[in-house]
Amino acid sequence: MTNETDEAPLSTTAERQIVVGAAGQTPGKDWVIVTRGLKREYDMGGEIVRALRGVNLAVRRNEYVAIMGPSGSGKSTLMNLIGCLDTPNEGEYWLNGQLVSSMKDDDLARVRNKEIGFVFQTFNLLPRASALHNVELPLVYAGISSAERKERAFEALKSVKLGDRVHHRPNELSGGQRQRVAIARALVNRPSILLADEPTGNLDSATSEEIMNVFESLADTGQTVIMVTHEPDIAAHARRVVVLRDGLIASDDRRERFAAKMGGGH
Amino acid sequence: MPFFEAVRLALATIRVQKLKSFFTALGVCIGVMFLIAVVSIVDGMGRYMEEDLVGKLIAVNSFELRHRPNINIGDVDDATWREYARRGRILESDVQPVVDALPAGTRWSMYSEASLMVESQYSRPRRAQITAVGGEYFEIKRLDVTAGRLFTPGEISQGSSVVVIGPDLMKRLFPTVDALGRQVKIGGKFYTVVGIGESQGSAFGMSFDNYVYAPFRSPVHRLLNAQSNAIDAVVVQTEAAEALVEAQESVRAVMRGRHQLRPSQKDDFSLQTADTALEFWNKIRGYLVLAGVALPAFGLVVGAIVIMNIMLVAVAERTHEIGIRKALGAKRRDIMIQFLIEASTLSTFGAALGIAAGAGLALLIREVSPMPTYVAPWSIGVGVLIGAGVGILSGVYPASRASLLDPVVALRQE
Ligand SMILES: Nc1ncnc2c1ncn2[C@@H]1O[C@H](COP(=O)(O)OP(=O)(O)OP(=O)(O)O)[C@@H](O)[C@H]1O
Ligand SMILES: [Mg+2]
Repeated sequence: MTNETDEAPLSTTAERQIVVGAAGQTPGKDWVIVTRGLKREYDMGGEIVRALRGVNLAVRRNEYVAIMGPSGSGKSTLMNLIGCLDTPNEGEYWLNGQLVSSMKDDDLARVRNKEIGFVFQTFNLLPRASALHNVELPLVYAGISSAERKERAFEALKSVKLGDRVHHRPNELSGGQRQRVAIARALVNRPSILLADEPTGNLDSATSEEIMNVFESLADTGQTVIMVTHEPDIAAHARRVVVLRDGLIASDDRRERFAAKMGGGH
Repeated sequence: MPFFEAVRLALATIRVQKLKSFFTALGVCIGVMFLIAVVSIVDGMGRYMEEDLVGKLIAVNSFELRHRPNINIGDVDDATWREYARRGRILESDVQPVVDALPAGTRWSMYSEASLMVESQYSRPRRAQITAVGGEYFEIKRLDVTAGRLFTPGEISQGSSVVVIGPDLMKRLFPTVDALGRQVKIGGKFYTVVGIGESQGSAFGMSFDNYVYAPFRSPVHRLLNAQSNAIDAVVVQTEAAEALVEAQESVRAVMRGRHQLRPSQKDDFSLQTADTALEFWNKIRGYLVLAGVALPAFGLVVGAIVIMNIMLVAVAERTHEIGIRKALGAKRRDIMIQFLIEASTLSTFGAALGIAAGAGLALLIREVSPMPTYVAPWSIGVGVLIGAGVGILSGVYPASRASLLDPVVALRQE
């Protein structure tokens, strides 16, 4: 039913394979994220846990991608790699034409600060700081002046409808409000991608809907969004659904196809 | 992270945890307190020794010819004492040959002194320091009168029965009437007060203003030395400091000749300079400085260890916070600086308390004891620097541990 021309451009499976295929080659401008054979292993005292076993993923600018999969399939591991919080054991990760997978600690910190907005399941706000100060933090590390920081943080809070809660501390806010502070914080540096790992996992269904609407409207304004979720309802908001299984991409479809497959499976 | 941001954060932490911060910084506080207190004692004593005491006991660019030193440096062993006891006195007849050997422009004055009773009509007898002096004595010691006059050359050469008395003695002997022109009695003989001398201050609770000066050949001379042809000392003052050694050597040569000493024999008289007295002080100062370094150093080492431990605990407690900060783009350096500034703010806070306590202690010592303490401004600066320095040193290890945390691991910690 959806009119394709109304939506942001989506990568086709064929396109993605072309992009992902060429190792060592800088991806084209349109591609925000390209991973090639991404592997991440944990050494648990001799026993190797293969969390990711070679993930090839390409995401175009303005896409809204949901990542699904059973528990332990490697979703958070992949998000941490995409979010530059972690580095792969093997494989390439290109972010906006930069080979991130070979970067060192401080360069990764700079990329996290400039390119990435991360929203966590457990909010991860500083408990003793006000909403405003929490939102200011990325700007502090970007070296922005105090006055500009305050103004931009306030704008970001207003954009998630928390303009009247700036001086509240996290424990003085509801779960949904906390997550909106976290979203404001993720957006304040105008990142090229917004990552969210089960952002509604700790929220009730009404509040989840509210948070999902925030992501939806962000995606509508052209923000690239990648979100991990367990819930098909929530994945239904996205325009593309990637399913992980045992550390590999099991399927990667437009929402309609995914919905059809899910429907077919019933 | 900007510097002020980190300081603000650290101060907020101190404010929230007042008591804990206080105990954390206590070692540094005590260390700096001792430092300030000891330095102010050493400094106060030093100023006093160099400017007041020595300047009064022994004038600038001067030395005294004595049969044995009246200021002894540290412990004098028995053999030395016995040698001192065998020495012959300086005689009046030594003075002229000694003076003849001095370079032109050199001032000199012989003198003898003793502590004796002085009486007046207006009070009971009082003990005072009596000094019989030659003509240039007042110039050498830079002593003047506040009322009346000094001795005339005629009074000096004739040995008139006139005296200049100190302000304290004046108040005691003449509590109700003007002392000038009135009589005091020393050893049964009367002397006319012609001048009131300047105050020479006090030290260790002892006044220097209970003095009487009389011309050297006045009758009082007889009371000061059992041996009538002996004198206590000749004080010699050169115009410039450079001439002092030359003058000393001239005097030494004359005295050795008069005492017929062979080259192998040691001097059997003393040439005492201000340095001799200062040497004594420098020796005491050595011990004080040692205590002044050892005590604070001990406090500071303990303080540094405490701060390091508290910072390690803080890093462990705030692992999650560090994870959040790193996830938002904090570089290693940012985390490092945050914890270093926190440690040195804590430590400087302790140092500030220590400076206040140390200065208070120094003032208290000055009030309740005769020790003249002086809180030098530089010692406050040093205290602050030590505070910051100890903080940085003790913060390095915890801060680097914090900065090396892996963001994913740190974020998982609750
Ligand atoms: N730090 C770690 N050390 C060891 N093994 C780990 C670590 N992190 C993840 N793993 C393992 O890697 C695999 C993938 O974990 P991951 O957290 O990515 O799964 P997930 O898909 O996010 O699961 P969930 O839906 O439960 O959040 C799991 O088997 C997990 O046990
Ligand atoms: Mg997960």
